[in-house]
Amino acid sequence: MSDATKKGPSSLSFTRRLLLFIGSMELAITLLLTLAIASVIGTVLQQNQPYADYVIKFGPYWFDVFDKLGLYDVYSALWFVAILALLVISTSVCVIRHFPAMTKEMWQLRTNVQKKSLKAMHHNAQWQSNNTLQTVANNLQQEFKNLGFRSRQTVKQEDAILISAMRGGMNRLGYLFTHIAIVVICVGGLFDSNMPLKLAEWRGDIKIETRDLSIREIPAESRLGEGNQGFRGSVSIPEGKASEVVFLPVRDGYLLQALPFRIEVKDFRIEHYPNGQPKSFESDLVIHDDELDAPMEATIAVNHPLIYRGHAIYQASFSDGGSILSLDAWPLDSRAGTEPVSIQTKVFENRQMLWGEESMQLEMIDFRPFNINPDPTEDDSRNVRDFGPNFTFKLRTQTGEAREYENYMFPVERDGREYFLSGVRNTPSESFAYLYLPVDEDGSLNRFLQYSALLRDQQLVSSIANSMMIEALAMLPERDESLEESLQQTLETLIKMFVRGGFDEVRDFIDNNLPDAERDNLAPAYLGMLREMLARIYFSMDGIDAETVSNEQLLFLQDTVDSIGTLSRYGSPVFLHLTDFEHIQSTGLQIAKAPGKNVVYFGCALLVIGIFLLFYLPQRRFWAWLEQENGQTNIILAGSTNRNAREFDTFFNEQRTQLAAKTGNSNL
Amino acid sequence: MTTNTEIMTKPAAHTWWWYGLLLLATIGILTVYQEVLDVYEVSILIFTAISMAMVGNKWPGFRGHSIAVAILSLIALQLYGSDLGAAETNGVLKYMLASQSAIMWMSVFFIAATFTYFGGLIFRSSYTEKVGSAFTWIATTFGMTGLMVRWRETHMMGADIGYIPVSNLYEVFILFAVVTALIYLFYERRYQVRSLGGFVLLVISAAVIFQLWYAFERNAHEIQPLVPALQSYWMKIHVPANFIGYGAFAMAAMIGIAYLLVSWRANKNPDSGLVKAMPPLTMMDDLMYKSIALGFAFFTVATILGALWAAEAWGGYWSWDPKETWALIVWLNYAAWLHMRMTKGWNGVPMAWWAIVGLFVTLFAFLGVNMFLSGLHSYGSL
Repeated sequence: MSDATKKGPSSLSFTRRLLLFIGSMELAITLLLTLAIASVIGTVLQQNQPYADYVIKFGPYWFDVFDKLGLYDVYSALWFVAILALLVISTSVCVIRHFPAMTKEMWQLRTNVQKKSLKAMHHNAQWQSNNTLQTVANNLQQEFKNLGFRSRQTVKQEDAILISAMRGGMNRLGYLFTHIAIVVICVGGLFDSNMPLKLAEWRGDIKIETRDLSIREIPAESRLGEGNQGFRGSVSIPEGKASEVVFLPVRDGYLLQALPFRIEVKDFRIEHYPNGQPKSFESDLVIHDDELDAPMEATIAVNHPLIYRGHAIYQASFSDGGSILSLDAWPLDSRAGTEPVSIQTKVFENRQMLWGEESMQLEMIDFRPFNINPDPTEDDSRNVRDFGPNFTFKLRTQTGEAREYENYMFPVERDGREYFLSGVRNTPSESFAYLYLPVDEDGSLNRFLQYSALLRDQQLVSSIANSMMIEALAMLPERDESLEESLQQTLETLIKMFVRGGFDEVRDFIDNNLPDAERDNLAPAYLGMLREMLARIYFSMDGIDAETVSNEQLLFLQDTVDSIGTLSRYGSPVFLHLTDFEHIQSTGLQIAKAPGKNVVYFGCALLVIGIFLLFYLPQRRFWAWLEQENGQTNIILAGSTNRNAREFDTFFNEQRTQLAAKTGNSNL
Repeated sequence: MTTNTEIMTKPAAHTWWWYGLLLLATIGILTVYQEVLDVYEVSILIFTAISMAMVGNKWPGFRGHSIAVAILSLIALQLYGSDLGAAETNGVLKYMLASQSAIMWMSVFFIAATFTYFGGLIFRSSYTEKVGSAFTWIATTFGMTGLMVRWRETHMMGADIGYIPVSNLYEVFILFAVVTALIYLFYERRYQVRSLGGFVLLVISAAVIFQLWYAFERNAHEIQPLVPALQSYWMKIHVPANFIGYGAFAMAAMIGIAYLLVSWRANKNPDSGLVKAMPPLTMMDDLMYKSIALGFAFFTVATILGALWAAEAWGGYWSWDPKETWALIVWLNYAAWLHMRMTKGWNGVPMAWWAIVGLFVTLFAFLGVNMFLSGLHSYGSL
């Protein structure tokens, strides 16, 4: 294929040498492999993430280096596109250079071969026939025709006849198709890529917006008008709302692309399989367009986009669209009051709350009407159950620190008892730690809160400590006032510490304040005293009596104590309980316009046809040299192929026998 | 080159019954399932029948295999009726034809075939090698039957759950084993060499062992309904085309290993037993090229089908998603290999090494992307 390049390079001009280099196989193979290796980068390094994440990952120095190299959006980095462009140019030069030779190879039967060269070919045979020269020639041509070969007779010197035959010339078309296809696909892809945007950005016509703005606030230089350019963006539209713009993500920011029509979302639906896995996501859309006589209704689903005026509208994701939530804020800390307070809020709404003396910002993040999750009480993680509605929110203190919470609407059963579940975490990278608030017989938190209030009731704690102290010291022969006082104080302090910091704080106290020698003896005694106090306070409640206490009541005490013990880590003065909701969803649409799509598809078709022609249609040639010799016709048969030499061996051997027999062989 | 090959050609004429049978089967399927098949699925069905007609036309073994799969699958379907529980109560299903049992038999026969082929090679017993071929055919038939029966089982799991069982990592491993074996068997007959069997079966056995681990350790064999993104007729063509590519690349790499081994022995001692028992180096080189060409053609088709599907499911025919990008890397790698071979005339040891490296690149595109990288195509995770 490259015999044309084998001329002495020194005699060639620079441009010609450059062209030869660009179209050379060495460069093409180097480019193929370079492109392959360069492509790895973008799969190893997650592309187009928030830039802050990259800074955290690489540190400021390497962040900057990688940014300069364009590694965060490597497939549109200048150097990557340059490699791709060079490959396209190299392929084009290669095609242009070989085009004349290839078309010639495709059609020409090669009638100018010599008898000598036929005899020198790897596949050749010779025999004689008693028939006349012309009869044999016609016979052979007919046979070649039967084999699907095109052939021609040429009269050579000394009345010899050469028959040149060929089949599979289209193999050469395979070369042209595959290589042209690569160019076509890349050019088509260029139309649909973000290269035009990049150019506009370099020229300064547009500016990537990185701030979180409402659509109205987005400046004109970050807006793109309706046009012919390709794009691919997304937009989230709540049920009942509409949009005529779409956001195009660009590196760490976005651009706003106008649509020539308006998309209204009527409804969004999720269907589930019996095991809870999602089965389908669907949106009912209405397209409003002046070009339409009436608004057009359409339903889209995953794998079933709507194509409208060259725009493909896909079901891509879903989220909450601002559900309305009714909450009861139950005070966990008596300073925040003793009665639940009702609030109504919406997802994505932020509001300032004053709980006791604490002022916090409540930021609603999300609401989910059902949560089909692995059952934590079962070993097999594939056993899922519906935990019912939940909502996620953040509580931001005045210093700006925020914790994230996830509260479930309905109590969750564990070991036969029911709890309200609330997860808390400090950063999104952590998983939630759950607070289990025990539910009383009425299905409310009343009993839990009553008990929690009693622990803070100074008078009650003091009197219970007093009676416990008296019982404990009754066995002593005589009263020791200082001992009484110290014990009374210890008991009260234990409760205070427990309320403040749970068992952790009590343990810290034991570790830090007791003398080393006595710690091992005293620690169990201290914890025992605390437990006794907690139980006595519990028995002081209405309807609970130390003599007749039931097992359930004791378990309730244990759960209550456990959860109060962890409250210090919970960080919220209230438990927000969802009492009612109105679910409003938002559908995430991806909208794409790809004017180069058909060009790319055409290129793909060329590529496939070309590859199959190239591999599975070998070009085979036969030559037969016929001459008169001693009243007989002497026949020299030669053959060649450009693919599958091994099969051609067999084919040639079969055909020579056949042809010899058909032409009246007298001596094989 | 001697003609140890009565091979190929001289087909036609005798296989009209095969076309007739396929026509009948196609009409039968269309009649039974006309209610549920859409136009794409009907097209795929007809396309499948035509492909099978073409493959079976020159290859009697494939005809027998297809008929055996059809009969076994129909028996299984008959035994199942509409009761999935029959897999436990009916002896034939429980021990042979329920998809799990058939796949177990496939595993057993593939591993047995590997040992048999190598046994035949070591003891120079052509009879043993023939047994290896027979085992491979049996394994392939069981594997294909397992997939067919599993297809039915997915539909018996409940309304709307049914799907073609090439949809998760477990199922495609079976597909990989079956397809690779079929490609190998095709070339085994065509070249009349059985001594490469053990080498090719080695990669199939590796897949089988992984698949067993995946089933026993991770319960991957349990049928789970498809996520919405995978519910598409594209699945029926994109995945099989891909696995013809993967299977052919895997076979090329295994022949590459055999090539290196033989050429290493031949350098040390041209008369060594191994060199004599194995096919000539030029033949292995040729076979390596053939299977990479086959793999490349189908991998190209598969990647394009994937792009077409992506345009329908993800909103664009190309997103530089890790799976797509790795498919491109695989493609570029073999494109470079083929250019080297076809226009630069490279062959022998370096190309064998490159074919082996190619398998690792392919393996990463197939498995590594799912294990280590996240993207849109995160369907089969470990």
